[in-house]
Amino acid sequence: MSDARTQILRRLAASAAGGVPCPRLEPRRFDWTPEEARERLGAMLEAVHAEVHQVGNDWPRVLAEQLSRAGARNLVYGAEGPASRALAAGWPEDGPRLVGFDRPIEEMREMLFEQADAGFTSCLAGIAETGSLVLWPTPAEPRLLSLVPPIHCVLLARDRIHSTLHALMVNQSWPERMPTNALLISGPSKSADIEQTLAYGVHGPKRLMVLIE
Amino acid sequence: MTSELRGRARQALGRDRVRANIRRAMDGLIDKRRAAFPDDEELERLRDQGMAIRDHALANLPSLLEQLERNCAADGIEVHWARDADEAKGIILGIIRRHGGEAVIKGKSMVSEEIGLNRCLEEAGVEPIETDLGELIIQLAEEHPSHIVAPAVHKDRREIAELFGQHYPEEPYSEEIEHLTALARRIMRERFKGTKIGLSGVNFAVAETGTLCLVENEGNGRLSTTAPDVHIAVTGIEKVIARLEHLAPLLTLLTRSATGQPITTYVNMISGPRKPDELDGPREVHLVLLDNGRSRIHGDPELRATLRCIRCGACMNHCPVYVRIGGHGYGTVYPGPIGSILEPQLQGLARQGELAQASTLCGACAAVCPVRIPIPQLLNRLRQEQARAEPKARRPGAWIEGIIWRGWAWIHASPARYRGVAGLLARTAWLAKRSLGPWTRTRTAPPIAKRSLHEIARDEGLSHE
Ligand code: SF4
Repeated sequence: MSDARTQILRRLAASAAGGVPCPRLEPRRFDWTPEEARERLGAMLEAVHAEVHQVGNDWPRVLAEQLSRAGARNLVYGAEGPASRALAAGWPEDGPRLVGFDRPIEEMREMLFEQADAGFTSCLAGIAETGSLVLWPTPAEPRLLSLVPPIHCVLLARDRIHSTLHALMVNQSWPERMPTNALLISGPSKSADIEQTLAYGVHGPKRLMVLIE
Repeated sequence: MTSELRGRARQALGRDRVRANIRRAMDGLIDKRRAAFPDDEELERLRDQGMAIRDHALANLPSLLEQLERNCAADGIEVHWARDADEAKGIILGIIRRHGGEAVIKGKSMVSEEIGLNRCLEEAGVEPIETDLGELIIQLAEEHPSHIVAPAVHKDRREIAELFGQHYPEEPYSEEIEHLTALARRIMRERFKGTKIGLSGVNFAVAETGTLCLVENEGNGRLSTTAPDVHIAVTGIEKVIARLEHLAPLLTLLTRSATGQPITTYVNMISGPRKPDELDGPREVHLVLLDNGRSRIHGDPELRATLRCIRCGACMNHCPVYVRIGGHGYGTVYPGPIGSILEPQLQGLARQGELAQASTLCGACAAVCPVRIPIPQLLNRLRQEQARAEPKARRPGAWIEGIIWRGWAWIHASPARYRGVAGLLARTAWLAKRSLGPWTRTRTAPPIAKRSLHEIARDEGLSHE
């Protein structure tokens, strides 16, 4: 196998002249006020069928209401996540049942795939240009929380909205600290594979609820 | 060979329903792309950046691949190298066997089509499960993708409903798209939950961070790479880019050119397997780097531009030949303009050289390509090479062609001669219609205008400049 490697690299080396400078990007900039950026983010998300709610610190109650209305019986969340304490503290008695994702997936798989109605995560940032939510799943908030349950709920702090992906990557020095998995999520799961007609909720969440605090 | 492509094209032209499906879809995609790039200046700037990023990556390919390997390995991704399709399949099968895998859930991957992975897995007793809705449809129909972005674009909802009906007779029949999509979701859930091995392609591999970037809308790609114990990513060696920030312009070029979306629903950046303290994610991630002819293409300074391709599909959406004969008309894994330059290079001119003829050189592909691949120029280059390789005897009409072109040049060299002949043509159009000979057997002869553009312009009072 190692000779495949050597051979390929040797062949490429014979023709790779180098000499092409690494492109300096001059990405497009937007001078949105924080207000405008938030509006843009919301509008872009809504355009792809996400549900956006501007919330105050009673957001757990708002979320519980929305979920009850959607018929969700439970909400799976990372019990150690950054917003989890506030979620549990503000959760109404009669809200959907809260279930912690606190064991390895091998033990959670059955519950997550068969019973979970909704999953809750926090969010590292929002990107106004494209209407995207940036998630860096952590041990406290595993990757599948935002993927397997039919409803994904996200809490985004309003001071975390950036204009573009490029600005975010550069400002936060992503290259030095990429996590095992980084995600941009822009709306609920969808497909246009049949007659170019959009249908929502293919394999990922059917609904995406975004709470901007 | 010659007759094979022609035969397939003729067949494809006869399938009216397929042609209508493709026409409709391509028109839609063209409109969506146009709406996604409202600002010409921005588009051209982005295309410059896209081209520069890809050129830089190709000029430094070996060192970037080594850097990618180092950074992947540092985070626990195991990198494998494959000279050709067989080696790649051997590596993949080896990993699957080591884990006792009986099935593989697959995200969309054109490279897996290129190496014929599904057939290989089936022969080895491993079930390949296509999870992308379009790929699933194609797998049920036992066909190949007809488009690199929208694999089932040639099928309409009725055909798809019938297909699902045959394979899942216990499910209620419906031609509603919502219903068909929901059915695919139900069928796949079990497989996502229970399958140990996942396989995917890669859109961009970032050398600087050892990151595999995948874009998709359905969530099947994320599931295939996150839910199983083992994730195998397979990609061509040309997919590497130097820096993480290069993703920003490439992503926007890719999704806007492909489907007119500002961004896909999911952009998935994978830099390693599950860490000890993490609760989910695959325990192993493998990256298979495939050459399969790419290093040879890389060796030619002109043809190397082919490797800039980011597989957006825009060139096929805008191609008058693709729209008429569809992906299956080409008979290759990669159809359309990109296929017409890539396949003859991957498989050799002797086998696929005729593809370079399957173009009118109208230039629509190059005008939309987000990384500015000069496809018509490369087609010409391949044609020349083929003509040089072909014995003269195989082109019996060549001497007539010579005379015709010399006459054409003579007429066009003088305004008086040109006007004279144009006037003559207008009056004898009825004659020409009959005598265009073999040319009109497969085409409708264009009507020759009664009055020339010159005459009309003169009457309208337009002057010479
Ligand atoms: S050749 Fe250009 S337009 Fe065609 S698929 Fe590749 S990147 Fe897209």
